[in-house]
Amino acid sequence: MQAKRVTFPGRILPALLLLPQLAITAVFFLWPSAEALWQSLRREDAFGTRSEFVGLDNFRQLFADPAYLASFSTTLVFSASVALLSLALGLLFAVLTERVGRGRALYQSLLIWPYAVAPALAALMWSFLFDPSIGPVAKLLGRLGLPWNHQVNGGQALILIVIASTWKQVSYNFLFFVAGLAAIPRSLLEAAAIDAASPWRTFWTIVFPLLAPTSFFLLVVNIVYAFFDTFGVVHATTQGGPAQATTTLVYKVFRDGFVGLDLGGSAAQSVVLLAIVIALTAVQFRFVERRVHY
Amino acid sequence: MVRPAGAGSVLPHILLSAALAIMLAPIWFAIVVSTSSVSDFLTGGLGVLPGDQAIANYRTVLVTGASNVGLSPVGPMLLNSFMMAVAIAAGKIAISIISAYAVAWFRFPFRTAAFWTIFITLMLPVEVRILPTFGVTADLGLLNSFAGLTIPIIASATATFLFRQVFMTIPDELTEAARIDNAGPVRFFFDVVLPLSRTNIAALAIILFIYGWNQYLWPLLVTTDTKYYTVVMGIQRLAQSAESSPVWHLAMATAILAMLPPVLVVLSMQKLFVRGLVETEK
Repeated sequence: MQAKRVTFPGRILPALLLLPQLAITAVFFLWPSAEALWQSLRREDAFGTRSEFVGLDNFRQLFADPAYLASFSTTLVFSASVALLSLALGLLFAVLTERVGRGRALYQSLLIWPYAVAPALAALMWSFLFDPSIGPVAKLLGRLGLPWNHQVNGGQALILIVIASTWKQVSYNFLFFVAGLAAIPRSLLEAAAIDAASPWRTFWTIVFPLLAPTSFFLLVVNIVYAFFDTFGVVHATTQGGPAQATTTLVYKVFRDGFVGLDLGGSAAQSVVLLAIVIALTAVQFRFVERRVHY
Repeated sequence: MVRPAGAGSVLPHILLSAALAIMLAPIWFAIVVSTSSVSDFLTGGLGVLPGDQAIANYRTVLVTGASNVGLSPVGPMLLNSFMMAVAIAAGKIAISIISAYAVAWFRFPFRTAAFWTIFITLMLPVEVRILPTFGVTADLGLLNSFAGLTIPIIASATATFLFRQVFMTIPDELTEAARIDNAGPVRFFFDVVLPLSRTNIAALAIILFIYGWNQYLWPLLVTTDTKYYTVVMGIQRLAQSAESSPVWHLAMATAILAMLPPVLVVLSMQKLFVRGLVETEK
């Protein structure tokens, strides 16, 4: 990592400048993470007074626990749905606004603001629309012969949190796709127009391949979002239920740690999540390097 | 973009209107419910137009609170959210800009190590170290305090990288000129670097304000005293009672109030917001 060619002398000043950031990182990031690693290898006795080293026992127990495995697959289904839906819709909206002349700015403004809405609030608004007794969408579905009750139907509860999480994330993808579309060389599109290629064909043979780097980057960001930033969606509405149907990994680590007070188990779950973040970050950075050469 | 003229351009408008209808439906119904009375939605008389109870409902949540379902007034919570969001945004920018300044303009031992230590925080979101972080915060006596709400989350690798990138584009000639004029690093920072980074700071501040305002998990852990509740976190109590008791009108009024500040920031400073979003993801 390079510094400026012309630098200032001195060692005390840079140390002081770095101190606040490094101190917070050490106290609130590094130390707790090390502690999570340490605790994941230990187990406390029933009174929480002593703990002993148990090796990988906590992990073995975790992956033998059907509830944890169920939570894992719930999270995978949930994250894949949110990531793919919000990418597809973001791309669709971006392509559509590209094609309108007048009113483009207005459409863009109206499509980006959900980014600013907290996940918990998005979930609250959607759970009203789907409220089994008074929600307008639930009523409509009932009239169509599709009774809706996410308070008892696990599958429907999962659909509800997917919709709420997707709604908020579409804006983000939309913005990046708009930027990606604007960066496509006009000459390519003009060449396609001269060859009388249909808009559909132009999209799939020119636009979409050129958007691939943007899409891949967004895919990683969306998976991270679905994994980690949707805690509020679950906590504010379904609370992981009904019958664990919406218990995502992050919600589970919170509940097992704070409600269940299972230190070793919760720490082991933290470590698994940590491995997931590291893998996702590695993928993201490899891609950033590739993007430079693109 | 090359687009067909005439008839072909009507279809996108139709499709976009449909998309907008779906995207705006939640907020529209939230407004409708927040301005209706309890009897409106219990008797099924809820229409698609706003009701006439706006003043009553919003006054209830802001000033008196929905005490029957255990919600304290939202007014103080909005203030807490605002102070937390501003403190997080300002704190992250302040500590990141000085660390980026240190790694860009100084050579000292462990410089690279310091940079990587900051980098690692990217891989350690609160969610993966939730219990021990809570433990440290509790040990330091920071539960139920503004310091506890803000300090543990103001380290920022993203902001540090962003500022370093901006700094690398500042011409070396400016530093040379400053050194010839005998201006020290502190003076150079305030007279040259800070003014040149003004737009980046503003764009970043918008993103971080939204980030801070929308914090949920951390305030949920650190605050048990309603005095320190923030509105985005406080609303979950209302959300859970809305499923069993008739308080949807109050829940939605609170939701509208809770989303208004960040949404207004995005809409009124759209250009800076977009810039900030794109820059922080580079």
